[in-house]
Amino acid sequence: MSIALYRVDERLIHGQVVVGWGNQLHPQRIVVVDDNLASSAWEQELYTMGLPPDLATEFVDVSAARDRLRNWRASGEVVILLTRDIESMRRLGGGGALAGEEVNIGGIHHAPGRHQILPYVFLSRSESEELRALARDGAHVSARDLPGTRRVPLEHLLTPEHGL
Amino acid sequence: MSSAGPVRGVLLGHGDLAFGMADAVRQITGAGEDVLIPLSNRGLSPETLAQAVQERLGAEPAIVFTDLQSGSCSFVARRLTQQHPQLAVISGANLSLLLEFVMKRELPLSELVPRLLWRGRAAIGCTPAELESDEHRAVSR
Repeated sequence: MSIALYRVDERLIHGQVVVGWGNQLHPQRIVVVDDNLASSAWEQELYTMGLPPDLATEFVDVSAARDRLRNWRASGEVVILLTRDIESMRRLGGGGALAGEEVNIGGIHHAPGRHQILPYVFLSRSESEELRALARDGAHVSARDLPGTRRVPLEHLLTPEHGL
Repeated sequence: MSSAGPVRGVLLGHGDLAFGMADAVRQITGAGEDVLIPLSNRGLSPETLAQAVQERLGAEPAIVFTDLQSGSCSFVARRLTQQHPQLAVISGANLSLLLEFVMKRELPLSELVPRLLWRGRAAIGCTPAELESDEHRAVSR
């Protein structure tokens, strides 16, 4: 098994990931790819409090993550990889690094300048362009908050009726 | 951590959990609506949720109660302790613990928090008692 889930979620490690996806995928490692968190030990500690002791966690910046993708894929562990924003996932997937992989949009919430697409997905124009770029680099982008809910492909997210 | 009561409570949870628990606390104790203020994380980004909690914290000492220890509510609340020296976060809150809070919130945080943790842990049990294995009893000590 390799990276079982690539997910963009502002909340990073939280109930839907640990319980919802965790019970489906049984991950052994959660990798958080985030330039700021990678250098913030106290925030890392906040995110990992209360996690099951047999679930490993790792915080790396985007550049290091690109170098390590091959290792995680070949590790034999079940890995969930999280970013908190679309830009980080797009940078991770630059040059086709995520070609053929399913990238899950799991939680981008209301903020000024964003349009509501789904109850759990709000996107700005620049974020929609980042998603298109990720798809052009070969990733299969879709939204789904939990394993049992409907998968909404990118082409149904970015439509004129959504202002995108 | 110095404190001068009474301590304010904010209850933060997934879905409508916090509203239901706060309603139960009021039903049992008759506490006013400002004693334990419920909030949901539904549809809110971490930043928006943090702002909503901030708006409900006053100058007095406070406890933010959350549901899941590894959930987004807990993360947001723990992060706020960096800015609020008189703020404590208790995750995994249950009704017994919240009732104790309402009754004892005149205590300083340094006495109140350990008492609430003890109360909340002690409130969990099962029937028949033998279903609680020795192994699990050892873990809970």
